[in-house]
Order: sequence, then C-alpha cells, then structure tokens
Amino acid sequence: MKILYQSIVLALIIFTTHKSFSNDEPVYFTDKNQEQRYYSLIEEVRCLVCQNQSLADSNAPLAQDLRNEIFKMIKSEKSNSQIIEFLVERYGDFVLYRPPLKDNTWLLWFGPFLFLIIAVTTAIIFIKKQSQNNTIDN
Amino acid sequence: MIRYLFPLTIFVGLTVLFIYGLQNDPRYVPSPLINKIAPEFTLPSLHNPESNISVDDIKGAVSLINVWASWCVACRLEHPILNEAVKKYHLNLYGLNYKDKRTNALIWLENLGNPYIESAYDEYGNVGIDYGVYGVPETFLLDKKGVIRYKHIGPIDKRQFDDIIMPLIKKLEQES
Amino acid sequence: MIAELGHFSLILALAMAIIQSTFPIVGAATGNLTYMSLARPAARLQFLFVSISFGILVYSFLINDFSISYVANNSNTLLPWVYRFSAVWGAHEGSLLLWTLILSIWTIAVTFFSHRLPEYFLSRVIGVMGLVSIGFLLFMLFTSNPFERIFPVPLDGADLNPLLQDPGLIIHPPILYMGYVGFSVAFGFAIAALLGGNLDTTWARWSRPWTLLAWMFLTIGIALGSWWAYYELGWGGWWFWDPVENASFMPWLIGTALIHSLAATDKREIFKNWTILLAICAFALSLLGTFLVRSGVITSVHAFATDPTRGIFILALLTIFVGGSLVLYAFRAPSTKSGGKFKLLSRETFLLFNSILFLVAMLTVLLGTIYPLIIEALNLGKLSVGAPYFNAVFVPIMTPVIIFLGFGVLTKWKQDDFSLLLKQLRNLLIASLFIGISIGLIFFENNQLKSIAGIVAALWISTTTLYSLFVKVKNKKNKLAAMRIISRSFYGMLVAHIGFAVCIVGITITSQHSVDIHQRMKIGDVIEFSNYQFHLKDLKTVSGPNYEATEAIVDVIKNEKLVTTLRSQKRIYAVRNMPMTEAGIDAGFTRDIYMALGEPLDNESWSVRLYHKPFVRWIWLGAILMAIGGLLAVLDKRYRLRTLKKKIITVNNEAIP
Repeated sequence: MKILYQSIVLALIIFTTHKSFSNDEPVYFTDKNQEQRYYSLIEEVRCLVCQNQSLADSNAPLAQDLRNEIFKMIKSEKSNSQIIEFLVERYGDFVLYRPPLKDNTWLLWFGPFLFLIIAVTTAIIFIKKQSQNNTIDN
Repeated sequence: MIRYLFPLTIFVGLTVLFIYGLQNDPRYVPSPLINKIAPEFTLPSLHNPESNISVDDIKGAVSLINVWASWCVACRLEHPILNEAVKKYHLNLYGLNYKDKRTNALIWLENLGNPYIESAYDEYGNVGIDYGVYGVPETFLLDKKGVIRYKHIGPIDKRQFDDIIMPLIKKLEQES
Repeated sequence: MIAELGHFSLILALAMAIIQSTFPIVGAATGNLTYMSLARPAARLQFLFVSISFGILVYSFLINDFSISYVANNSNTLLPWVYRFSAVWGAHEGSLLLWTLILSIWTIAVTFFSHRLPEYFLSRVIGVMGLVSIGFLLFMLFTSNPFERIFPVPLDGADLNPLLQDPGLIIHPPILYMGYVGFSVAFGFAIAALLGGNLDTTWARWSRPWTLLAWMFLTIGIALGSWWAYYELGWGGWWFWDPVENASFMPWLIGTALIHSLAATDKREIFKNWTILLAICAFALSLLGTFLVRSGVITSVHAFATDPTRGIFILALLTIFVGGSLVLYAFRAPSTKSGGKFKLLSRETFLLFNSILFLVAMLTVLLGTIYPLIIEALNLGKLSVGAPYFNAVFVPIMTPVIIFLGFGVLTKWKQDDFSLLLKQLRNLLIASLFIGISIGLIFFENNQLKSIAGIVAALWISTTTLYSLFVKVKNKKNKLAAMRIISRSFYGMLVAHIGFAVCIVGITITSQHSVDIHQRMKIGDVIEFSNYQFHLKDLKTVSGPNYEATEAIVDVIKNEKLVTTLRSQKRIYAVRNMPMTEAGIDAGFTRDIYMALGEPLDNESWSVRLYHKPFVRWIWLGAILMAIGGLLAVLDKRYRLRTLKKKIITVNNEAIP
C-alpha cells in the first residue's frame, strides 16, 4: 500500500513537472571538441524525472535545464570531471549512467572478468580431467 | 554433490534480493546534501521583487525550506498541512517558488494561504538544481548551523509530519 | 455478460490445465496408461478455453465495451480498429492472457508433433507445461483479471499510449512471447528427463527442434523490438540496455548456449547435466523477465503499471518453478553417466567454451541489471548502471566468443591436430585482417581502429564458417551433389553464423559512424552533412483519426540529385494530450537517412533532428539471417516423421520406469 501511495505521489510529481510546452532548443558549438563532449555527456546522465532515459533522450523540463547547465559549463571551459562532480554533488551517483569506480562498484566493474576467468578455468580443468579419465563409460 | 546445489543457492540469493526489491521504490533519489551546509543562493523575494533573500537569512535557526509552484498539483495536497503546522508550532518555514510565474504564484498563495515567512523566486530553477530538486514539492530541514539534516520528497501528509518531521525539528532545537 | 463468459472460460481452462498436469505426471510415475492418455485431450481443451477467452477480450476491444475496466484503460472510440486489436496486449492483464494463450499454443503443438515420443515422456512434458499454465491462469484469476468490470461505465476510454499506436506493437509482443514462452517446451523436456531419472540422449534429440524454434522466435522478437524503438522513439537509437530489454536478451544468450550444448549432447552424449541446467536457466530467465516488467522492482520505459501483490505472485511462481527444478536437478544430476571423452583440442571443447562464454555474457548483463538493487539492499548507496557500463564490458566478453567461433567450426570431434588446424586458420585470419584493414582505411576517416576490428571479426566468422563447408566437399568429385546431401542443419549453422557476422558489421559501423545533427530550421533552410543536403520545403498541418499534427517535408539531395523526400510529424494525440514524433526514414541497404521533427521554437522555426546511420539495417538483417538459420536447422530431414517411423518400431521397447 505504501508503495502504491508513493508511486501515485511520484506520478503526480512527474505529471506536474511536465508542462505542456517543452523546450527542445538545439545547442550550438563552434568548437568540434566541445560539441562531441556535450553529446557524449548528455548520454551519460540520467533524466531523474523519467522512466530510465538519458538527458539526450528526454523531453522533460528538468532534462532541458540540466542540458543547459552542461552546455554552459562546457562553454566556460569546465572539464568533464568537473561537470560530473557538479552533478553528483547535487543528485548523487544515481544521476550517472556510468557508475564511478568506487568501493561499492568494484564487483560491478571487475565482476564480468572474474566470471570469465573462473568459468574458463573451471572448463579447462573439467576438460583435462575427463580426457584423462580411465573409467570407460557408455 | 555440493556443486549440484550451487545453482539453487544462487537462485535463493536472487529471490531474497527480489523480495527486498518489492518493498523498495526504485525511483526515489536520496539526497547527497544531507549533513552538508545548505548551498548558497541569493534570489529576489517573491512578494517584493526589489529586495533579495539569501540563504544566510534562513540560517541560524531550525528552518524548513519548501519547494513549491502554482502549477504543482501535489503541492495543493500538502499546503493545508503546512498552513496548520506553522500556526500550531510557529515554524520557520521559507518557500522556494520553483520555475513559476510571479503573478500565478502570488494568486495561488492568496487563495490557499501563505505559511511562508518569505518565498524566494527561483524563476529558472537554478537554485533548484543546486539543491538537487527533481520534483515538486520537496522540503529541506536545516539545523541551527544551516546544515541540511533531512529532505522530504513529495507532498508531506499529516502522519509524516507528526511522526517524522516534527520529532526531528524538536531534536534539532535541542542541539546547541 | 460476455465478459463473464470470458472469465468463466479462463476458469475452465484452469480446470483443464489441472487435469493436464496431475494425471499425466502421476500416470508416468506409476505406469498408468489411462492417466497418461489424458494429457493430449486436456491440453487441447485448455487451448480451446484460453482461445475463447482471448477471443472474447479481442471482441470487447473491437466493440468498445468500456464496461470492462481493462478496455476502458487502454482503448478509445477514436482509436483505429487495428490498434484496438493490438491494445489487447498493450498492458498487464491482456499481455498475461496473450502469454497464457501462446503457452497453450506451444503445448498443443507438442501434442501434435510428438508421435515418436514415448508416452511416459510426453506425459511429463505436457504435464510440466500444464503446471506452468496453472501458474499463469491462477495469476490472472487472482490478481490480474482482464475481464474486471468498472462502474459507472465511462463514456469513453483512456486511449492506448500513443507510443504503442504503431504496427510494431501488433507484432513485437506476440513474436517475443513465442520466443520466451517457447522455452517452456525445452524446460518441459528437461524436467521430463530429470523426472525419468535416466538422462539418455534421446531427450536431447527430441528437444532440439523445439528449442531452435523458440530461439528463432526470440531472435526475431528482440530484433523487432530494436527496430521498433529505432523508428518510433525518434532518437535513432536501437538498443538502450534498459532492464526490460536486458530481460529479453538474457534468455537469448542462454538460449544460444543451449542450442549449441544440445548439439553436443545429441551427437556425443556429453554435457548432459549442463544442458539440462541451461534449459532450466533459459526458462527461468523468461519468467524473470516477466517478473521484472510487472513488479516495480526496476525503473524502465517498458514497465507495466505495477502492484506489489502481482510482483509477489510472480516471484512465488518463479520460486516454485525454478526452485523446484533446481532441487530436482540437485537430486538427479549426480547419477548421470557421461558419454564420449574428448581432448583439449576438439570441437567439444569449443562447444563447451561457447556455453560458458554465453553464460558469462548473461551473468554480466544480469549483474549490471540487478546491481543497483544489490547496492541499495546492502545500504551502500544508490546508483545507476546504464548503457555506458554495458557497452564497456560486453564487447570484451564477446571477443573470445568470436575468436573461438572460428576454431569451433573447423575443429574435429574428439581430437584434432593443432598444427594442421593452425595452418587452415592462419590463412583465413590473414585474409580477414588484410581485407578488413583495407576496407577500414579506404572507407572510414575516423574511428578506424574499432571499425576495422568489427569488420575483421565479421570476416573471420564468415570465412571460417564457409571454409567448413569447403572442407566437406573439397575431396568430392561432384561438388554440387556433395553439397546437396549435406544436412539442412549444417546450412542452418552456416546461415546463422553469417547472420551473426552481418549483425556485428551493422553494430560496429553504425555505432562508430552515425552522424546526429540537432538544429533549428525554418522553411527554406538547408543543413548539410555527410555529403547530404537537407532542405526544409514545407511545414503543414495534418489531421489523423485521433491526433493533430504538424508535418515537416524535407528534400534530401546528394550530388545535386534528389535522393528522397522525408516527412516527419509531430503529433498531439487528443485523448491523452500527449505529443509524439513520427520519424521520417529513408531506409537503405547501406544507410538510413532519418529525420525527427522536434518542437516549435520561437518565430517560425522548429527544432529538427537529422541522422545519417550507415549500415544500421545490417543489425536486423543479421538477426533475420540468424533466425533463418535456426529455421533451416528445425527443418532438417532427421526430424521428419516418415523417416523416423521405421526407427520407432525398433527403438520403442523402452520399459516404463
């Protein structure tokens, strides 16, 4: 019941933050590098009022606001890490689609390679064992 | 023999995780500003465009900053609670009028009551971004030192106010 | 009245499902032929009742019966009839009914195409599938009744979400479900084999065509989803690593491992336990997908409106089916006897590597998808795991797959000679590198390294696979005749692997070389990029059956010749007052040109997105080829009933355990 209520409330919040007009104002860069940085960055930042969309893919007003912020920061020569720090300071790690490498994401980033090593090793051990097995089956 | 139970063990772990997940709200974003000093801002006052209000005016006593807007349907739900609470407990309640039109905001307060000591007019939402606002309404609780101690996301209902916010306010009042 | 009939029909279906599962399974365990003989008729009756129910829901949508809550929530009088039809599976309750219908379709298919299966085995398969049916029917009847009434009856419905008012919705979910649900057959076979206690390889042989068919549907279903997102959402993206997309991809990854493992078990009687486990895993992941979409545990653009009770119910289903089968597995698996031995350098080894690499791939996707949940549960914070993560880890995991594919198709069974194999492969590798690097350097100005890597990978796969065909006929005098007698499943493998290569080319080139322009345009403006000129000719108002739109008409010119005229609309759907973009796409074999009209800005300008997407169609073309490959393998002559009837007479003396 609590979840239902919270969902309704959040839905109301989302509903009320979506105004009937949306800004989809394109941004213009003179510097190609800056332009590339902008387009990569907005793919990596989550739109917090959407159901799992990046700033690049979203029409929500908050997404437009945050895109503008990122645009202004790139124009004022801020680095990518400064921009990311700005966002994380205010919204937390949740806002990044690329989880930063920290203590709590160690398993995430190295897990796949660990799986790979364990799986391949186990397979090779199994293959070696059965190829030398002396008992005759079937 | 044990290794045949391995897949089952993994599955049991996953199930436990999902049971937790069912009680959890995946869209709730906890604030990284908790236990940090409230971010600086200086904005024009909603009622008085000539004068400014800054966060320093708010710091110094236990206060609440409530982010609201006239276009926000959920804000209407919590407004009566705020009105009542301010009257009853003499709270230091400030408003942050978020991405609104001045005239609409003023009319809204006239119709529904104005519990705020003052409201700051954040026309473009820049201060909202500094406070990590992603939806309206949101409410911040500051202690005497101006540190954000609690953030409430969504409209506050009576039960939440009585059971969570008011006890916290009392506790913060005790602090030096 | 008719809605109540639909509801009652579901209850009858449940009764049939209960008969379909209890009697045959008990019968198989006790040798009771009468009980076992109930399997087929009960299954067919269940199908009848589920179809009636489904038909009634379709009818209710078509006649706009808004007294049914589900219809009122998902339809509208203005909604074109074809979308009223597809709205049946547009939301939770109806899509569950579709799931159940498709499960009953697979079940009766098994009842019809299983003459060569021993009665006791078939009974168990049908019985297990019946248990799954029971689960879903109960789920519907208890928590998600599509025939729930609503009082007072609304004058009109809330309309189908405009994003779903599209041909994609008509085909994507049914085909995807054919895949998902199809793995229940493989699951049924696996459980039947475990219940029987002796994992001889015949179950693997019987299971293969069914599993291939399900895999084929899932491949097409995922490709359809990707293609649909591409043209519908207006961002030119085709895969977002959204949790629900991942939920469809994971069974596909395990399904791929499964079809390869089944081949090994069938041919060499090895990996028996492993294959069973993969079959259980594939179906478990299908159920997991169903859980993730409907439970509210993760945020996703695909998520149905959720209710924790429903989440709990599906989790319970998951626990019973997956937990139960894994317990059964733990009991039966230790007594399995293994078949032929093989050395480290052998085809068996590479098939095993295929299995484990795809397993690792699946675990990687699973880890990324549930990691936020794990971290939150352990109170270690809240984070997001999105496309940047998956793209970063998935490619390195796939790389060994691609490398070993080349080895696997050419290595002999049991044992092979390393130096001989190396010689064959070395030449093919050199050819792939040479051609790949040349193409990369000639045609691409930037991002050359990654493009070359993708092309070389595709060439490696194609040349080694084609070479395996060459090896089969090179010593024959009449090559054409030799090619004709090669089994269809071999050609299936060929086509599927080449499809994989084509897919890799599409993914590589489009991700490295797509151009994405976002600018303001007014009538008369020209934007130029990638050797194309885009002229905005006109902006006009257009009316649709349930929407109003502004349409932008853009001429695309290359080398002073008109290539195409693109039309893109920004629609406002009346009922929900929701805006939506219809993209204008000029599709081509080597490139797509894509336009999405944005929002009106001040004065007469609009924001417009223009894309040049080279080789993007190769992604779905590759998927189609993989599916065709699967189909070819299913149509292999060895599964033909006629040629096998002779074998049945001699082989079917098996004692009923």
